[in-house]
Amino acid sequence: MAVCIAVIAKENYPLYIRSTPTENELKFHYMVHTSLDVVDEKISAMGKALVDQRELYLGLLYPTEDYKVYGYVTNSKVKFVMVVDSSNTALRDNEIRSMFRKLHNSYTDVMCNPFYNPGDRIQSSGSVSLSRAFDNMVTSMMIQVC
Amino acid sequence: MPRLGGRNVLMKRGEREKEKVSRLELGSRGIKCVVLSDPLKDSSRTQESWNAFLTKLRTLLLMSFTKNLGKFEDDMRTLREKRTEPGWSFCEYFMVQEELAFVFEMLQQFEDALVQYDELDALFSQYVVNFGAGDGANWLTFFCQPVKSWNGLILRKPIDMEKRESIQRREATLLDLRSYLFSRQCTLLLFLQRPWEVAQRALELLHNCVQELKLLEVSVPPGALDCWVFLSCLEVLQRIEGCCDRTQIDSNIAHTVGLWSYATEKLKSLGYLCGLVSEKGPNSEDLNRTVDLLAGLGAERPETANTAQSPYKKLKEALSSVEAFEKHYLDLSHATIEMYTSIGRIRSAKFVGKDLAEFYMRKKAPQKAEIYLQGALKNYLAEGWALPITHTRKQLAECQKHLGQIENYLQTSSLLASDHHLTEEERKHFCQEILDFASQPSDSPGHKIVLPMQSFAQLRDLHFDPSNAVVHVGGVLCIEITMYSQMPVPVHVEQIVVNVHFSIEKNSYRKTAEWLTKHKMSNGIINFPPETAPFPVSQNSLPALELYEMFERSPSDNSLNTTGIICRNVHMLLRRQESSSSLEMPSGVALEEGAHVLRCSHVTLEPGANQITFRTQAKEPGTYTLRQLCASVGSVWFVLPHIYPIVQYDVYSQEPQLHVEPLADSLLAGIPQRVKFTVTTGHYTIKNGDSLQLSNAEAMLILCQAESRAMVYSNTREQSSDAALRIQSSDKVTSISLPVAPAYHVIEFELEVLSLPSAPALGGESDMLGMAEPHRKHKDKQKTGHCMVTTDHKVSIDCPWSIYSTVIALTFSVPFRTTHALLSSGTRKYVQVCVQNLSELDFQLSDSYLVDTSDSTDLQLVPLNTQSQQPIYSKQSVFFVWELKWTEEPPPSLHCRFSVGFSPASEEQLSISLKPYTYEFKVENFFTLYNVKAEIFPPSGMEYCRTGSLCSLEVSITRLSDLLEVDKDEALTESDEHFSTKLMYEVVDNSSNWAVCGKSCGVISMPVAARATHRVHMEVMPLFAGYLPLPDVRLFKYLPHHSAHSSQLDADSWIENDSLSVDKHGDDQPDSSSLKSRGSVHSACSSEHKGLPMPRLQALPAGQVFNSSSGTQVLVIPSQDDHVLEVSVT
Repeated sequence: MAVCIAVIAKENYPLYIRSTPTENELKFHYMVHTSLDVVDEKISAMGKALVDQRELYLGLLYPTEDYKVYGYVTNSKVKFVMVVDSSNTALRDNEIRSMFRKLHNSYTDVMCNPFYNPGDRIQSSGSVSLSRAFDNMVTSMMIQVC
Repeated sequence: MPRLGGRNVLMKRGEREKEKVSRLELGSRGIKCVVLSDPLKDSSRTQESWNAFLTKLRTLLLMSFTKNLGKFEDDMRTLREKRTEPGWSFCEYFMVQEELAFVFEMLQQFEDALVQYDELDALFSQYVVNFGAGDGANWLTFFCQPVKSWNGLILRKPIDMEKRESIQRREATLLDLRSYLFSRQCTLLLFLQRPWEVAQRALELLHNCVQELKLLEVSVPPGALDCWVFLSCLEVLQRIEGCCDRTQIDSNIAHTVGLWSYATEKLKSLGYLCGLVSEKGPNSEDLNRTVDLLAGLGAERPETANTAQSPYKKLKEALSSVEAFEKHYLDLSHATIEMYTSIGRIRSAKFVGKDLAEFYMRKKAPQKAEIYLQGALKNYLAEGWALPITHTRKQLAECQKHLGQIENYLQTSSLLASDHHLTEEERKHFCQEILDFASQPSDSPGHKIVLPMQSFAQLRDLHFDPSNAVVHVGGVLCIEITMYSQMPVPVHVEQIVVNVHFSIEKNSYRKTAEWLTKHKMSNGIINFPPETAPFPVSQNSLPALELYEMFERSPSDNSLNTTGIICRNVHMLLRRQESSSSLEMPSGVALEEGAHVLRCSHVTLEPGANQITFRTQAKEPGTYTLRQLCASVGSVWFVLPHIYPIVQYDVYSQEPQLHVEPLADSLLAGIPQRVKFTVTTGHYTIKNGDSLQLSNAEAMLILCQAESRAMVYSNTREQSSDAALRIQSSDKVTSISLPVAPAYHVIEFELEVLSLPSAPALGGESDMLGMAEPHRKHKDKQKTGHCMVTTDHKVSIDCPWSIYSTVIALTFSVPFRTTHALLSSGTRKYVQVCVQNLSELDFQLSDSYLVDTSDSTDLQLVPLNTQSQQPIYSKQSVFFVWELKWTEEPPPSLHCRFSVGFSPASEEQLSISLKPYTYEFKVENFFTLYNVKAEIFPPSGMEYCRTGSLCSLEVSITRLSDLLEVDKDEALTESDEHFSTKLMYEVVDNSSNWAVCGKSCGVISMPVAARATHRVHMEVMPLFAGYLPLPDVRLFKYLPHHSAHSSQLDADSWIENDSLSVDKHGDDQPDSSSLKSRGSVHSACSSEHKGLPMPRLQALPAGQVFNSSSGTQVLVIPSQDDHVLEVSVT
């Protein structure tokens, strides 16, 4: 479904980033990083709105020829960025929204883990049981269509 | 529209024949006719009729439109419903719906018109998607024909009839259809004043088209789409620019920048495709491809032919030559970067910049590329994106290599060699680059390339041996460090150097040997925090603000002067960030050249942790701070500019010292005591034959024991050796030869010393005249009675390392306190000596003697003590009693010396005989002169005394001896061979058992003759019932005023005649010392009578009066009616 899912800390460094075509990881890193510009723009535009009524889903950040980049920001300014293949037209806004919500829940679980230090990277290697659930969830969101 | 037209005709006719009233069928709605009045008549009715007519006309027109359009839409819908049927054509349907759109457009209903196009757009998109999913429609295959023309969007004409006709003829390609559709949408949007939506939709459209072509598997020549997209982007941008002014465009860059960036991207890929970016220029294949691409563009359209900057011309020019391409590409890139920067999309700007850098690198212009790469890298570093960092660094390394920036290149290489995101081969390559450079002979010998250490190896921990990091001069210090090599291969390092900063802190107690060795206790391991290189530490590691309120009040009236908020950790917050960018710069690291270095040569650092040990011999005393860590590989030096946390070691030099201290809390006099000698050698080496010369104090012996041994310890308290101690004593000097010991060692040995006991100053009457006076320091203490009397002995010691002698004072405490008392029984006399053990030790007392020092032969001291050995426990007392016997007239005073042998009870046998403890005292006037006897008789006729009733007290004072030497004082009066003395008696009841009625005191003249008796009778009244002790009867000597002696006594001793107020110090203990002071009793108003001749009272010494009735008691029974008892006491 998604080709790349990234969790980015408030300070804009990646907490978690994973992409399916691993050989092109770098491209997605660049893409996610660049998308932060739009995330920042949207957040600052939203800043005037009341914080609690704020929509967490940022929508399409920007399209590229091959991919669509969607964004989501939690109240603690942790950003989720999802890159979706443009050819995958089956994905509608609502699906993306629910995927983000799932991601958010899973991330909240990680945060609730007492052995996780907020701000630490969420290891994508499955050896750490701490983030295995999160990792599995991300995997499921990426595989679904493929 | 025949019906509409018919109605028109009808209306016109109606107007013409204004007077006529016509009824007409108008549809099914039942509105038949309209009545119109003559408009020339100016009446309200006329007006009304016309108004009604117009309103009706309007309504009917609208209704007609609605109805017709509704019908049209129905037809259209029907057509659409048939889309699943074979033979249905999208193009046909397109024309139908577009007709509707045209109608709306004509009616100025642009919004509605736009909706029609959007619907068509969505329908088409859905078909394409369905086609992709396998649900193909026949008509769509037509759109799948190969793309032959890619001449971009045409937005300058409201309707591109050419394309429309091709659609009508069903000859349009997908791009044609899309282009036409978008051009219509664009036109409508511009009518609606929504140019920014055009930009947004254009980008979507372009992305979408590319996707659709892919999805439909339309064959597209390489580069054709790029051309199309590029042209379209520019066309859209120019179209928007054409209808907006500059300020509008500037404030809406966010909407258009996407198109700019897309165009740039496409031009770049065209450039790469056509070989315009390579160094050599395009080859023939590239040229062929270019020609093909240009052919696909077709001829320029007439409407743009006159425009100089048309997209068509631009593209054609850009593809025509390398230079032109470069110009256009740079123009576009710079414009894009500028726009991104201006709207704050820094990351995007950097990303475009990176593309530009890549282009420059291709063009072999690394100097231009560098700035873009650095900028991008800085951005990635600041936000901690590891993969982009690595990638950009790799590019930067190449760039720096081309530029010949050796230091920068090596530094980047070292960073890359330690980068785990690279493959092993890549890391080895970069590592090898460094090693290759290091191994090649440099042009200028001694030239060093200084690089930061972090990427090469990291300092993990540091360990000192000795672990407290304190070493004496000449001592050896080991520092073991753990370095974690980041290199993928083992690296041979010529030397690892630690620069040490040396500082002397004189006059600081903290730097003295004692302080250092005692206080600097640590485990000696210092851990260094691991470098968090890829993390953007700058933001999240900042401590929270520590804010405090601050009030400053004026000192005079406490009013508030200033108030504010203070940030306590401002130094943390405002400190210069160790920004990652500076790490990339080679500048910051400077090699420090210090005099003090720790060096370790020829080390091979394996990947991972390495242990390196530095060894140094301490030279000068002071504090050494480790400052820099350098590792040299050939001419490359890796430098860790600051070692943090601060690592220090201290070197100290120590003067030789001698300490003498008792083993116990205090030394006891009289018994052997152990004293510990500690020689801290410091920088002095004890040679064979060095000895301590102790000048003997007279009253202190140093006991030589054969088996005493000296221990030699190293500075760290490890025992290194022990040796027998040779002690030679002569009269004056005791010489202790020290064992041979190296510098910075400690020699410890113990000696026994004995302070010869000497009777301390004690006892009331004797003032210790003529006694061997010990060094008495604490005279105050001994009078308080509970502390031991101390004696100081000073020993002067000559040490081999100094020409001056050391004087050491040892304080000994006398373990005993002795008091004596004279006890009487009639005329028989006893001397009691009380020995009190004040120490914590138990002693064994033996051989107690009491001798008369005046050696009067007629005096005999008969001991009443039975045991010769007697234990005396800690804090306990032992009493000794002797009876005093004499044959002739007793001497007025007696000098005694008490001596008792003592030894600690615990020790079985002492090597030497101990001197006994002695105590001298003097007893005076011990012979009993008067016997006082008091008796109480119940009132006559009564058997017992009763409370409240007067009883008679009879006191009889009896002289027991004839005139003696002690009687000769001024109270003695002589008349006719008879001597008499004046005494004053006093009856005092301190316990308030008795009320003395009448005179309680009186002066009597006592004949000085044996058995002379004086009786006094007085009345007393018991106040309580029970066995009551008798009231005290006191006897004083009544001295006349005119005496030479009186001048010696002070005025306090004067008493008023009648109202005698005698000092009533209660307990008459038989303490002779207290009696003496009691003799000078005072009267309350003595100062008034000062100078008047007054008689004086002198208490008789305790030994001279014997109260034979002391201790007797009288039974008093309670009276019947004691509740009416009335007592008046004068």
